[in-house]
Amino acid sequence: MNFELTNDQKMLQTEVRKFAENELAPLAPEIDVSGEFPKESIKKCAELGLLGIFVPEKYGGSEFDYVSLAIAIEEISRACASTGIIVAVNNSLCAYPIMQFGTEEQKQKYLPLLCSGEKIGAIGITEPNAGSDVAAMETTAVLEGDHYILNGTKRFITNAGEAGIFVVFAYTDKELKHKGMSAFIVDRESPGFSLGNHEDLMGIRATANCELIYEDCKIPKENLLGEEGQGFYICMNTLDVSRIDIGAQAVGISQSALDEAVKYSKERVAFGRPICKFEMIQNMLAEMATQIHAARLIVYYAGWCKDKGMKRFSKEAAMAKYYAANISVDVTRKAVQIFGGYGYSKDYTVERLYRDAKILELYEGTSEIQKVVIAGELVK
Amino acid sequence: MDIIVCIKRVPQTAEADVTIDSSGKDIEKDRLSFDMNESDSYALEEAVLLKEKFGGTITVISLGYKDTEDTLRIALAKGADNAIRIKAEDFELLDGFKTAQILKSSISDLNYDLIFTGCIATDDAYSQVGVALAELLNIPHASLVINIDTSEERAHVHRELEGGLMEHLDISLPALCTIQTGINEPRYASLIAIRRAAKKEIKIIGQEEIEKENLLVNTQIEELFIPPKTKEVEILTGTPGESAGKLAAIFKEKGLC
Amino acid sequence: MILSEKHLKFREKVREFADNVVAPRAKDLDLNSEFPYDLVKKMGEMELYGLFVPKKYGGAGLDTLSYAIAVEEISRACGSTGIFFAAHSSLAVTPIYQAGNESQKQKWLIPLAKGEKIGSFGLTEPNSGSDASATETIVKLVEDEYIINGIKCFITSGHVADIIVFTATKDPSLHYHGISAFVVEKGTPGFIHGKKEDKMGLRGSITSELIFEDCKIPKENLLGNEGDGFKIFMQTLDSGRISIGALALGIAQGAFDYAVKFVKSNTISGKPLYKHQSIQSTIAEIGTEIEAARLLIYQAAELKDAGKPLTKVAAMGKYYASLIGMKATNTAIELHGMLGLTNKYPVERFIRDEKLMEIGEGTSEIQKIVIARQILGK
Ligand SMILES: Cc1cc2nc3c(=O)[nH]c(=O)nc-3n(C[C@H](O)[C@H](O)[C@H](O)COP(=O)(O)OP(=O)(O)OC[C@H]3O[C@@H](n4cnc5c(N)ncnc54)[C@H](O)[C@@H]3O)c2cc1C
Ligand SMILES: Cc1cc2nc3c(=O)[nH]c(=O)nc-3n(C[C@H](O)[C@H](O)[C@H](O)COP(=O)(O)OP(=O)(O)OC[C@H]3O[C@@H](n4cnc5c(N)ncnc54)[C@H](O)[C@@H]3O)c2cc1C
Repeated sequence: MNFELTNDQKMLQTEVRKFAENELAPLAPEIDVSGEFPKESIKKCAELGLLGIFVPEKYGGSEFDYVSLAIAIEEISRACASTGIIVAVNNSLCAYPIMQFGTEEQKQKYLPLLCSGEKIGAIGITEPNAGSDVAAMETTAVLEGDHYILNGTKRFITNAGEAGIFVVFAYTDKELKHKGMSAFIVDRESPGFSLGNHEDLMGIRATANCELIYEDCKIPKENLLGEEGQGFYICMNTLDVSRIDIGAQAVGISQSALDEAVKYSKERVAFGRPICKFEMIQNMLAEMATQIHAARLIVYYAGWCKDKGMKRFSKEAAMAKYYAANISVDVTRKAVQIFGGYGYSKDYTVERLYRDAKILELYEGTSEIQKVVIAGELVK
Repeated sequence: MDIIVCIKRVPQTAEADVTIDSSGKDIEKDRLSFDMNESDSYALEEAVLLKEKFGGTITVISLGYKDTEDTLRIALAKGADNAIRIKAEDFELLDGFKTAQILKSSISDLNYDLIFTGCIATDDAYSQVGVALAELLNIPHASLVINIDTSEERAHVHRELEGGLMEHLDISLPALCTIQTGINEPRYASLIAIRRAAKKEIKIIGQEEIEKENLLVNTQIEELFIPPKTKEVEILTGTPGESAGKLAAIFKEKGLC
Repeated sequence: MILSEKHLKFREKVREFADNVVAPRAKDLDLNSEFPYDLVKKMGEMELYGLFVPKKYGGAGLDTLSYAIAVEEISRACGSTGIFFAAHSSLAVTPIYQAGNESQKQKWLIPLAKGEKIGSFGLTEPNSGSDASATETIVKLVEDEYIINGIKCFITSGHVADIIVFTATKDPSLHYHGISAFVVEKGTPGFIHGKKEDKMGLRGSITSELIFEDCKIPKENLLGNEGDGFKIFMQTLDSGRISIGALALGIAQGAFDYAVKFVKSNTISGKPLYKHQSIQSTIAEIGTEIEAARLLIYQAAELKDAGKPLTKVAAMGKYYASLIGMKATNTAIELHGMLGLTNKYPVERFIRDEKLMEIGEGTSEIQKIVIARQILGK
């Protein structure tokens, strides 16, 4: 792995950082309180090409690599974790599977819409009774003539409230277990589709997280993604990529917490000295900085594996997600600690960062599941 | 319409803790981040807007070290067509005037209708490179420009003066404008543009290509220092009523009310 | 350590109350940032406020251990109610009980112990948090009245309290020698309610600024002697650490209980969650840590009841309980998976509530300094 970023990666970092600081960060506290989906910000992200970072230019994307994806998601999340995951889901969980497994027609039809932000993307895997155990899903798809009829409920779907395009997983043949699972591209307008409850979340509160309800939902046959029975594979393959994103999001949130903590520790005086002079504070700052640095490298490494065209990088992606999420919860906790009582108040950013970080250990596979994946690869 | 934009890469010192280096003539730059000088980014945006209207090419040029190429590439990504770096490492003792002379030498052979520079560099704040360059090139100039309305031959520009005054000038082209911040809203480079710009050649000019004869330096830095803190603190004690009274007395004494 | 029959009985009584009366209110209090006036009244009816205060002052005449048990059990159900309870019955009560004279006890301790009045404790200021000797609130004796000017912040129950114990200095340059402790009653002219904090957790408790603007209080409101304030408050904090430790412990236990229930009643891949060894490993770790924290806190309470030095053990209890409390609440969310983050399950509230325990009444860093000093003897 090359530790020096390439010219375009460096420029992307500079420019996205500036964009995120100026345009996204000022809105972050507001949308955390209101829970309002940041439509305007997403439009601006689209203008910069952040909604299709690795999608080929011919489909309206920016055609960057996956290390760049990590860099961009990190910078966006550093300013606003909600915006970070919205963008990440659009890229890696919706555009990616279509790009990777879609037919030429599907790519031409859907990718430009996703890249331009005309339609926001989402992914429906999780269900009330199927989280970590994806194969336990109950949603079914039955082919009737030219249409598949979908029935089932998806839960905790990021972007759902605002999305126009959903990649949805369902059983076409329950008997075959995970070999009977298939993936579909579902338009919001499909008859029989409706939105369920909106989730009131602890963190990343502006992500339009809702239930998806399919009641005899009719979708054209052409919207099958890949082949029948390929769904589970598509899902796992997609999650490998999106774990790079979650790792990057963790790094961004953590970096923001460290920046805040360093600044505050130089200003806040206790016992006649700035608290940064106390070794216990220095201890925390040193640990935080080291943790973040290591997390950034492990996340970039997962992106690099993908860029190198490694067929399987499940272990690397799982390690990146597991480690970065883990340190992010710890780093944000320390940041609140350094702020003392003020860190507990909503007047300070670290309060939000602490709440935002917690989700990292849960979605796109909990930390336990990442460990199962890592160990599984080790003892294979 | 062909436009040249002069750009400087400067350290971001607004929120950093600045320290003086061992020479006593410069600041420690190792830990600072760098970016395009603020008013230069407005100058670049103004050039791009004019190009979008009239067509033509934009050339960005910078006298700077190797890292400056990063900044030039961002300029390419934002709409410039060509970029030139003049190797700063080939020159020593650069003041505003000498910089203008070097720029002049590398610009004289280029085609241009307009030259834009920022109105001030946030690091050394000389505010003279643009103006000196115009004089050396023997073309008209307008400083502190806040609005430009141009045809192929003439430009109508607004200058912002102290005290809220505005001046409208009519100048013939080719001309040079030093651009004030706020004239427009600089764009962000899109990812695609970044990817394209990353691959572009940046022309490098060394000492040998500059007319070396009589590069003059008019000023030299003797010392750069952080002035000793001279703040006086007086804590007013007593009830709020009493301390307000004391505060009012101090204001009066200092002639503030 | 084995609890006595008496303590076990007491715990059963409080637990029943907490489960049936307090727990059902917890979600709403958090969601609406609502102060639980109803629970405040009911805890009074249960005679929970003056547990270690003698009967003659309106208390229950029990001991500190009973008090710690009560805090733990209430906080198991609701952190907001827990911190209110602790701020009232330990922080506000202790200085008056320990340093007050007879008439002060008659006047303030009795209504506090009976729960007729609400108490709070005003130490922290904008520039004086961990360093309590940096107090900038100024007191001046003019004839037979004290005139107070200054600001207290982050004061639990500040806006609802009737009786507030607080510190002020006659001259900041005297450091702790200049600090005295006083009582101010709600409604005193010049005693003003400032900003109310919007907080991450404990949202059913009130945390607020208190402002003194030429606030005149009678000379009789001085607790102990002039210059005793720092000592009185530090002693209060020694036992206050038992409170916060018990609070941290209760929240950890509450979250853990929910997590245990969850892994027992949910399956994954057709196998109950609890049958996965990685989940068993987590459950075993947290269970052990909670038990260890409980022992430290109970030991500190026993030391206090025996009149023995408790500084080290109390600091250890607070430090350790809040440390493992963070881990326990964090893990509880994880064990719930996605559901853990929504406010339909209580565990996300527990982690937000628990975070304060590493900060309030002496941050973990300060506890470590205290512990190290005790161990090193310097
Ligand atoms: C804010 C948010 C956004 C989300 N966005 C999306 C989205 O856009 N699309 C989507 O499809 N889903 C989404 N999810 C769902 C998320 O991916 C799931 O929550 C996650 O996969 C975990 O599943 P679960 O919550 O059902 O937990 P469960 O599977 O019920 O797990 C509960 C606990 O058991 C542990 N566990 C499970 N299996 C094992 C095992 N074999 N060994 C050891 N431990 C185990 C888990 O680690 C966890 O601690 C989102 C969730 C949230 C909260
Ligand atoms: C919800 C809530 C309720 C509260 N209730 C009350 C109340 O009822 N009454 C009351 O008086 N106060 C109350 N407080 C205030 C609380 O006790 C203080 O926040 C706490 O003492 C820490 O002070 P601080 O916030 O000023 O942090 P600071 O003292 O500014 O500390 C900032 C950081 O520096 C560290 N630090 C400070 N000194 C040192 C040192 N010497 N060595 C190493 N590290 C150090 C701290 O550990 C912390 O990490 C409450 C606070 C909250 C948030």
